Amino acid sequence: MARDGFEVAVNGINNNYKHSNGKSNGISAYSNGHKVNGAQSKVQSTKSTPTFKEHFEQTPLGVAIWTYLGYAILVVIGQIRDFLRSIGIEKIKSCTEPKLPGFVPLFQSWESFYTRNLYRRVRDCWNRPIGSVAWAEMDILERVSYDHGWNFELTGKKQRVLNLGSYNYLGFSQNEGPCADAVEDIVNKYGVGTCASRQEMGYLDLHRNLDILVAEYLGVEDAITVPMGFATNSMNMPLLVGKGCLILSDELNHASLILGSRLSGASIRTFKHNDMEDLEEKLRFAVAEGMPRTHRPWKKILIVVEGIYSMEGSIVRLPDIIQLKKKYKAYIYLDEAHSIGALGPHGKGVVDYFGLNPKDIDVMMGTFTKSFGAVGGYLGGSKNLVNHLRVSSHSAIYSGSMPPCVIQQVISSMKIMLGKDGTNEGKQRIDTLAWNTTYFRQRLVEMGFIVYGNEHSPVVPILLFMPGKISCLSRECLKRGLGIVVVGFPATPIIESRARFCLSAAHTKEMLDKALDILDEVGDLLKLKYSRLKRQPALAESDNKELKNGTRNSSVSTFADLCTLSMKIIKTL
Amino acid sequence: MYDMFQALLQAPSYHLFFEALLIIWIFKLLFFSKAYAPESVLTEKEKEELIAEWQPEPLAPEIPDDHPVLMAMENNIITGKPGKYVTINGKSCVNMATLNFLGMAGNPSVEAEAIKTLKKYGVGSCGPRGFYGTMDVHLELEDKIAKFMNCEEAILYAFGFATIASAIPAYSKRGDVIFADEGVCFAIQKGLVASRSKIKWFKHNDMEDLERLLIEQAKEDKKNPKKAKVTRRFLVVEGLYINYGDLCPLPKLVELKWKYKVRLFLEESLSFGILGSNGKGVTEHYNISPDDIDLIAASLENAIGSTGGFCCGKKYIVDHQRLSGLGYCFSASLPPMLATAAIESLRLIDEKPGMLVELRENCEKIHSKLSDINGTVIVGEPISPVKHIRLAEPSTDRDFDVQTLQKIADLSRDNKVAVTLARYLEEEEHKLPLPSIRISVNNQLSDEEIDTVFTTLSEAFQKIITH
Repeated sequence: MARDGFEVAVNGINNNYKHSNGKSNGISAYSNGHKVNGAQSKVQSTKSTPTFKEHFEQTPLGVAIWTYLGYAILVVIGQIRDFLRSIGIEKIKSCTEPKLPGFVPLFQSWESFYTRNLYRRVRDCWNRPIGSVAWAEMDILERVSYDHGWNFELTGKKQRVLNLGSYNYLGFSQNEGPCADAVEDIVNKYGVGTCASRQEMGYLDLHRNLDILVAEYLGVEDAITVPMGFATNSMNMPLLVGKGCLILSDELNHASLILGSRLSGASIRTFKHNDMEDLEEKLRFAVAEGMPRTHRPWKKILIVVEGIYSMEGSIVRLPDIIQLKKKYKAYIYLDEAHSIGALGPHGKGVVDYFGLNPKDIDVMMGTFTKSFGAVGGYLGGSKNLVNHLRVSSHSAIYSGSMPPCVIQQVISSMKIMLGKDGTNEGKQRIDTLAWNTTYFRQRLVEMGFIVYGNEHSPVVPILLFMPGKISCLSRECLKRGLGIVVVGFPATPIIESRARFCLSAAHTKEMLDKALDILDEVGDLLKLKYSRLKRQPALAESDNKELKNGTRNSSVSTFADLCTLSMKIIKTL
Repeated sequence: MYDMFQALLQAPSYHLFFEALLIIWIFKLLFFSKAYAPESVLTEKEKEELIAEWQPEPLAPEIPDDHPVLMAMENNIITGKPGKYVTINGKSCVNMATLNFLGMAGNPSVEAEAIKTLKKYGVGSCGPRGFYGTMDVHLELEDKIAKFMNCEEAILYAFGFATIASAIPAYSKRGDVIFADEGVCFAIQKGLVASRSKIKWFKHNDMEDLERLLIEQAKEDKKNPKKAKVTRRFLVVEGLYINYGDLCPLPKLVELKWKYKVRLFLEESLSFGILGSNGKGVTEHYNISPDDIDLIAASLENAIGSTGGFCCGKKYIVDHQRLSGLGYCFSASLPPMLATAAIESLRLIDEKPGMLVELRENCEKIHSKLSDINGTVIVGEPISPVKHIRLAEPSTDRDFDVQTLQKIADLSRDNKVAVTLARYLEEEEHKLPLPSIRISVNNQLSDEEIDTVFTTLSEAFQKIITH
């Protein structure tokens, strides 16, 4: 769980690994799973993309203290209420497990403490049902809870809001237009379901067409598609590595990658988020030392990374990883769930963004859920790899094949992106998304929010820190007609609750301005503008100045380190 | 304070020395605990050599383009609707391969509903259920399923395989015990692996073997009551086994459940919508209340003819998955048009239970006919819509038998009856069933069509086996 959350890392793509990073203090300690380091400033000679800038501004000390205090209060009150419930003073409104004599309870009481006492208070911020297409605007169905979040009822009213929550990067989540028309045709021709797996008479000509198109889109030899994005990872990773193999996994990888790694039976080691030095160290160690105890060499080493990390908004340092892969003969598994379609001048993902050769990536994985407005995922790579997957993939044998309507949505939207529909609509969508991303991020930074991630990532997290502000922001924004996603512990480290905005090509400038106005207002209301880089809009700075920023913060961080450290000691006591 | 200082001065020097050591040691623990970089005795040069020497295995084994499975797929490419008839390579064949038991795939009213939804919601939902991926149609489908199954609540997954594979690890954790039938399908097997619990396999549908294991467990629990108090015990079975076409002995299982206090999870992917007078599955077939089952899971990809899956049961059980079901929390929700297609299918089953009677009649007819084919064994219950035809005298070489069966399937396809081999990942299955041709029955088959199927298959068998 250690991550560079406390750092201001202004990093250029570095190709010189021997170069030391500017750790300003010698103390490093773990606190709540966070590595607290001095600010790193790795501004070095940049290679292919000179504008690779990622910001993870440090948590201000006072805010950190208040945040911990907030959780402490919540936990204490939760304990008191649990006590009141146990002696029967407070009525239990949740649906609790009846006591069956002789049966071991299905859930332990402490397991659901968090759900019962913390999550329940803010439940209305998630699972909001919608009654329309998840486009740039959507209809949220109004819910009420008469028992403080235990149960909800729909009132039947709808509210039209701006949608900054759905992963609709290219705006293909549409109920009209060429894609929807083509899908309608295909449903008339092919029906709804296939009722069979790929290998058991569920292989339509549409599947073959889709595989070919996806391979062309990615620039790889061949590809195979799976009806569910999550299952693309969890059902196929076991085919690539197994016992005696090593998976080096970024610590912030998605649950599906973690499950897939676990199911594969390979040994798993994590490296610090996007930290190439840590990765190289672990790679060197793995190759030189081999397996633990026996010291036999590993059969294979697979580096598992994502294109865009959906909670951080950071972009993987792919050029560095390819270099490491070549040096240490490892394989790369790249999950482009969020980056495919959303990054790069041609919308072909993070490979396109860095101008790299897709053949350098051994396994290109991605989903159709986000940019293409469909559902499912793909795996692309060499012809032999894909043949192997076709023959032995769990998803090709034991699960239904992709339904025709979904295939057609992907084919139609992908053809638009490739310009095969004879228009330049695809290009326009990419450009609009890129413009929206830069504009939205820049405005947020100027307003003084702490914005995480890469300047080109359409996933834009802003930090909220305090637990009370999570629900406040979400509710206040909804009141003003803006639907956003907020996330807190356990999806993020306990201190770094955040709101996440997903930009879309469907957003117009007017919409973004409206959203920004709302965020500005609510941000002032809730005092969310924590950033101390306010006066120096980071995006416009030159490298030198950023270096200064980094060092300036580092002095603060030494103090913060000590404080976090002392808090750790207090906690252990 | 002064006293303390005095005490410090008067303390013997060795005492102070030890205390100083202790303080240094604590400091070291606090500040340099990370410094244990895995120490290696290798020099940098040796490391470089090792790195240069190391050759990894290839990522994927060599698979030629003419691998039999690839060939079988390329030779059976379907165009158009896979209904009662299916077009394979331009030839229309009677469809005895896809699990479309009630003809919901290809049903015009199901398609009409899907298109209606498409025009309102588009295709994808572009988000997981938590983040604006919940549409009113998802809630409606969950509601309809719960009502259909007479359960308190249902939860919808976007993918059939992920349903049970996510549900099991949501409840059963490391240290818990799961009793599982050896014949369970692959999705359950993956769920069991993901749970990291202790798995105790009992012989397929052998209740005595199960009881033996349960008694064993009870004895173990008596020895260590403290551990037994926190060890959850589960029993996982399939309603209608896809690998064998037979039913689980549910009344006995329920009896054992109450006797030995285990939680019963029932996977009904094949039986849901098929068995029982209203299609409510094995519980209805055996006339057992769904309340006796802790969790029922099923896929919507077979009889319902859509995509996705669901779990249903008591609210306090099912609700837990909304935060703990990996495939539920971390995956985009089911495309709304597929949800409404499932709603429509459910409505049709509810409205016309007559089709279930037709299906059962067809199943029995086909069962008795197929039993007459020489040189084969037919595995499965007569009322099961899935039947496995195995070779009566299998050779010792599994690959050879698979090839023989593939030839039979190819020949019968050329004669316009589409059948498929039951495919397995041979190395991955817990207990690999014998190779077989899997027949699935459709309620719309007429007697003439059943006759054609029989003659074609029996001819194909005779021709290939006698060769």
